[in-house]
Amino acid sequence: MADGMVRAPGADVTGELLAVRRLEAWYGESHVLHGVDLDIRPGEVVTLLGRNGAGKTTTLRAVMGLVGRRAGSIRYAGRELIGVRPDVIARAGIGYCPEERGIFASLDVTENLMLPPVVRPGGLSIAEIHDLFPNLKERAGSQGTKLSGGEQQMLAIARILRTGAKLLLLDEPSEGLAPVIVQQIGRMIREIKARGFTVLLVEQNFRFAQTVADRHYVMEHGRIVDMVANAELASSLDRLHQYLGV
Amino acid sequence: MDEIFGIPAPLLFGQLLLGLINGAFYAMLSLGLAVIFGLLNIINFTHGAQFMMGAFAAWMLLNWVGLNYWVALILVPIIIGATGVLMEWLMIRRLYKLDHLYGLLLTFGIGLIVEGLFRNEFGSSGLPYQIPPQLSGAWDLGFMFLPVYRGWVVAFALVICLATWIVIEKTRLGAYLRAATENASLVQAFGINVPRMVTLTYGAGVGLAALAGVLAAPIYSVNPQMGSNLIIVVFAVVVIGGMGSILGSVITGFGLGVVEGLTKVFWPEASATVIFVIMAIVLLARPAGLFGRA
Repeated sequence: MADGMVRAPGADVTGELLAVRRLEAWYGESHVLHGVDLDIRPGEVVTLLGRNGAGKTTTLRAVMGLVGRRAGSIRYAGRELIGVRPDVIARAGIGYCPEERGIFASLDVTENLMLPPVVRPGGLSIAEIHDLFPNLKERAGSQGTKLSGGEQQMLAIARILRTGAKLLLLDEPSEGLAPVIVQQIGRMIREIKARGFTVLLVEQNFRFAQTVADRHYVMEHGRIVDMVANAELASSLDRLHQYLGV
Repeated sequence: MDEIFGIPAPLLFGQLLLGLINGAFYAMLSLGLAVIFGLLNIINFTHGAQFMMGAFAAWMLLNWVGLNYWVALILVPIIIGATGVLMEWLMIRRLYKLDHLYGLLLTFGIGLIVEGLFRNEFGSSGLPYQIPPQLSGAWDLGFMFLPVYRGWVVAFALVICLATWIVIEKTRLGAYLRAATENASLVQAFGINVPRMVTLTYGAGVGLAALAGVLAAPIYSVNPQMGSNLIIVVFAVVVIGGMGSILGSVITGFGLGVVEGLTKVFWPEASATVIFVIMAIVLLARPAGLFGRA
């Protein structure tokens, strides 16, 4: 890849970093996604909102290649990802933080942090990560799963910041955390956006989502049914309440 | 210093040494089983046959090609490990989505076939393998004579166990292995080619069994049953130590070898069954094994 591409990866002709078209996905026999279309431009933070079971997590897993079968098109930086193995997708420059956080019990905090291999230049250094998450420095030698829920979430995000991945898929980072920790995670997402990362964020908590995102997609029954820019959120609240049932 | 607990000291130390030797093989074999089980979730019943193949490969290298023990120590784990890679790639990987039982049946069947082929070709009486001249003779320790080769086996096995432990617990590769044992699909989503890692891990476990086979060749006679005789005890060791625990298999391997040796001194009739009695007790009291995570 040419040097000029590192700074603004994958700005292809239409300007999207990630372009998903008619994406369908299956777990075994069950057909979960029924034609998802979404676009993310470089540097954006975009959320997927929707009720439980709408297909938000499956959309992230389908982008990573972690579902049984996929159809349609997922283009990342102009490159088709359907039919590509998860490790190759990761090496294309996508970082994934799963809903259950995926902290490894048999690894200490440093080993967890260093686990994902660097896939390209431009990731944060360990010093920068420790500036962003001072707790991780203090607890470097602890067993990964001995951390508090908030610290585990920080660790799960921190480890994909150092790999050089430009697109981060974050699955409900606010889930189950105390409000003060959720605020901290919000600050951290704004900070990584300022550093040029692109984020696709799954959220149930749209009060949290509106503090970090540029746009919101709404999912229902395995499809995208609406898109709201964050600036229009106030005027669209009724519509959103109807979708989300809150 | 002539008698300890009414037992002549040379007899006691002799059996202790024998126990340590057997323990060295238990440890090396259960180590490979533990590594394979941890990542592949397959109980590798071909392990005994692969140990036997290691001993035979050393014999063939010496008698057919003229390559000595020291070359065999390096070449045999690579050659037999490569057969493991092939076996994982051609057969075992098709079973990961099925119940453990299928992997057990497949590897058990392959083990029987391999043993049968060797028995057809070489008979079951056993072939001699000379101790290499550099390791023949014995040291006089004052209280007993220590055959050099036996001391070498115990020391070498300890080094191999320690090296394996370091690789798994202290290196980046080991961190990938431990993480993939917990959650393989997430490790793959971080950019690691997990299927390839699984194949190579199986090859490495098989290579470890083959290495033990080379070590065993000058001690036990090289015969097609040498693996199946040993592997039953090794499975008991693995159950006692706890499936998937590296340090557990090493400590349990050596420990049970010594227990078995001491039983031969104090209650010879029980020596063949003591390990299985311990296994039954451990299973009742701690089903996950002494070092296993429940």
